[in-house]
Order: sequence, then C-alpha cells, then structure tokens
Amino acid sequence: MLDVQKIRKDFPILNREVNGKPLVYLDNAATSQTPKQVIDVIVDYYQNYNANIHRGVHFLSQEATDKYEQARQKIQKHFNAKKSHEIIFTSGTTHGINLVANGFSSILKKGDEILVSAMEHHSNIVPWQMLAERTGALLKVIPMNEEGELVMDAFHDLLGAKTKLVFCNHISNALGTINPIKEIIESAHTVGAAVLIDGAQAAPHIQADVQALDVDFYTVSAHKMCGPTGVGVLYGKEEWLNKLPPYQGGGEMIAEVTFEKTTYAELPHKFEAGTPNICGGIAFGAALDYMNSIGFQKIAAYEHELLKYATEELLSIEGLRIYGTAQEKTSVISFNIEGVHPYDIGTILDKLGIAVRTGHHCAQPIMDFYKIPGTVRASFCFYNTKEEVDALVEGVKRARNMLL
Amino acid sequence: MAIKEIQEEIVDEFSMFDDWMQRYEYMIELGKSLPLIDEQYKTEDNIIKGCQSKVWVHAELDNEKLVFTADSDAIITKGIIAILIRAFSNQKPQDIIDADTAFIDEIGLKEHLSPTRANGLVSMIKQLKLYAVAYQTQLN
Repeated sequence: MLDVQKIRKDFPILNREVNGKPLVYLDNAATSQTPKQVIDVIVDYYQNYNANIHRGVHFLSQEATDKYEQARQKIQKHFNAKKSHEIIFTSGTTHGINLVANGFSSILKKGDEILVSAMEHHSNIVPWQMLAERTGALLKVIPMNEEGELVMDAFHDLLGAKTKLVFCNHISNALGTINPIKEIIESAHTVGAAVLIDGAQAAPHIQADVQALDVDFYTVSAHKMCGPTGVGVLYGKEEWLNKLPPYQGGGEMIAEVTFEKTTYAELPHKFEAGTPNICGGIAFGAALDYMNSIGFQKIAAYEHELLKYATEELLSIEGLRIYGTAQEKTSVISFNIEGVHPYDIGTILDKLGIAVRTGHHCAQPIMDFYKIPGTVRASFCFYNTKEEVDALVEGVKRARNMLL
Repeated sequence: MAIKEIQEEIVDEFSMFDDWMQRYEYMIELGKSLPLIDEQYKTEDNIIKGCQSKVWVHAELDNEKLVFTADSDAIITKGIIAILIRAFSNQKPQDIIDADTAFIDEIGLKEHLSPTRANGLVSMIKQLKLYAVAYQTQLN
C-alpha cells in the first residue's frame, strides 16, 4: 500500500496556506506538484554543471550532455521505445502535436481524411484544423456518448481508405475517460492510417508501452508527472520520424550548412533545433525516477480508491451532476450543481484554500455536447488524501448553500 | 451623488463585514436581487467575453448622463457588476472617464479585478470607460 503521509513530505508546496487555510490542491490535471527530489536535481544542475550540450569540448558541457542523454534513455525505457532516438524532447505535448501536424502537411493530399475524437483538448484539434486547411484534407469527428465514451461503432464506420491520420487522447482532460486506444490503433493500421495519441493526461496515471500499443506517435508533458513545466517528449516510430521533414530550423538540427544546401542531422537532433530545455529534460528523468520509485501500479490503485470515494461523496450532494461517467476512467471528476455557475463554485472553493479548475478545460466541444458553459473539475494525484476529498465535499456544500 | 461619494458609501457598507464569507454573501445577495439588463440587450454584440463567465453590458445616454445596465451568468460576477453599476451608472461621461476603481480594492475584492482572473470584469470596466469616451465625443 502507498504511504501517502510519507509521500506528502516530499512535496514542500503541500504545506502552504492559501487564504488562511491549508492548501488542498486538486488541480493536478492542469499541473502536478514537484517533489523535492526533482527540485534538488534542478538546483544541482544550475549550481554545478549548467552548460550548453552536444557541442562543447569542455568538461561541464560533457557532463550536462551525458545527464541529458541519460534522461532521454530513462524516458525511452519508461515508455518502452525501441530506440532512444525515437524520443524527441519538446516543450510539451502541444509542441509534439504541432511537430507531427506540420510534418504531415507535406504528406497529406486534398481529399485525405483525418479523424479526431470529440473529446479532444483544443491543442489536439486546432493543429489538425490548420493542417486540414493547408492541405485540403478533411477533418472528421469520432462522436462520444452521454457517458463521455467514444462511440466505437461510429469510429469503425468513419475509418476508410481515405483515412490517413487518427488523433485521440489516451485520457480526456475534461472527463477522465480512458479511451480504448489499443483498438483505435489496431483498426487505424488496417487501413494504413497513422495514429497520434495525446498522452498528456494518461502519463501521470498509466505507464504506456509504445511497442505493445504499436502506436505511431505518443506525446506527453513533464509537468503533469511531477516534472517541471516547459518540457515534454514526443515518441515517434523511427520510420515515421525519418519520413517527416524537420519542424524548426536552427542549430543542433543540421549536419552540414552551406548557403546552397543544408543537410539535416540524424534523429533525434533533426527535430531538436536550438538549445533545448536542458535542465528540464534532466529533471523530467528525475521525475520519472520518482514516480517509478512509488510504482505506477500502486499509484493507479490508490488513485482509483480516491476517485471512488470522491465520486460517492460528491454524488450525495443534492443537485450535483458528474460529467464523464465512463466505465474506464481516471481520477478526474468534472461536475456542476444545478442552477449554479461553475465559476462561482470555484471562487468559493478558492476562498477555502481548495484549488480546482473551472471553465471549459480547453475542450469547448465537450461543453457544447452537454450544453453547459463549463464544469468544476477536481483532479486527484497520489499525494491527495481522503481528508482532502472531505474538505472538497464540505466546500462544495458550503458553496451550494451560499449560492442557491 | 458624485462617483467618489458613492464609492465611499460602498466602502463604508463593506467595512461592516468581518470576513470574506459575509462580503461574498452580500455580493451574492446583490447579484440575486438586481434586475440588471433588459433581455433584448443580452445579445452576442453586447457580450464581453471573459474567459469563463459571460458579461453583457448596455449603455444609454439619458439627459447627458450615461446609464449602464449589465448582467452575467455567474452570480458573484453579477454581484460585483451591481456594485460597479451603482458607482458608475447615471453619471456624466467625463466623470466616468476620470473615475478610478481603487474602491474595489478597499472593499476586499481586489482579486476579482486582477487581469489574470478570467471573469471578464477587467474588460467590463474597460468597456464602461470606452462607452463613456464614445458618448463624451458625441456630446462634444
């Protein structure tokens, strides 16, 4: 069993007070907090071996390069990629998606079809819309049902010879639904379509095995899994990454430059123009070490228990409705109270020291589907406790009494 | 009454409250009790898009004074709107242009007017002042 009190000691921020109340941090789907083991790595980098990588002959540059490449290998191992150069460092999930979308603009032709799920984050909709506009390809939407699950029959119907790409999140940020990505990937491959899975919300909860999934692209952000902001990775199958043109030009990504012609560097450097977030990459590796030291199975089991408890307790509040009631879901609860605007609930909860997200969660199509302006979203991490769930429930009750 | 005097009156009222709960309860009451805008003006054109709660504002000139009506779909936002309307509506455009909004800070609602707060109120004040500028130009 997971020792939550011991774990909480690793997170200095959890001792903070907000508005005179102990912080109850339930906005983990937006960003997770950072343990001191990761903070120490960040401090160590800047205090002891800050240097630019891959090009220095000097000692510090070599040390920083080694640590950065070790982090890449840790990430490779974690997601079980076949080769370390299939792991591209990015600034985060959005960057990874844009990199792939940009690459496909030279591959897609007019009339090709792109399938995107109805429960995507805006960052997994807008780049494909832009791609469709540029190429004349058609964007088609895999619908969802009232429970917040993808309608798989409709997906199979939409899939055809013209389908070239399928995009879907592993877990919905607004609803918590765990999508059947294995089935999606297998089916897409039968028609020769490539699949990109947005793993931003899944990576903190589920250890994805990219080879077992046979996924073409999988992209994540470090800051949702106890790492720093501004860094993430894109996993891509080697054959795809070789096929895609570079995304940005600059230093690091070239082999030879003359004014007549430039030849590009090998993977992964072809996609890593400019000085990367070196410290961030190394700290991402440390964050994975931290999470693995607790163990993803233990994390999943504990979070499931929190989800179950919080769902039951919240549903005891009169007029409360939960959006996203899929069979397979992770520790995210999106809800509203009848007759109350989510923003008002969030404001009162904030006054009580409870941090939740309110609004459309960058997934307006989902809000349109339910015909609501937004929801209150509480998202739990392995460092949250049942007592914090109780504080949330009490807070929501109090807000309800004040607002109705 | 001049804007400044009204603002002082509001600050006085709020000084009676001991804690945030009472302040918020009062604002929620204000939000609930005031009919703020005629339905016909709740149009897309009149929406000030804050990130999360919608805010509608309508302005009309009445005898050289500018009359504002407004609404929001969130009740706390609506309460603050009620306070803003009380302070700025039925005033001469030039006075609205010259007025400051520091009293919001004094009544303990500063956080709602922070530009990072996604509730549309900052845009609303800007809009009130823009209307005032527009009508002042008309009057000149």
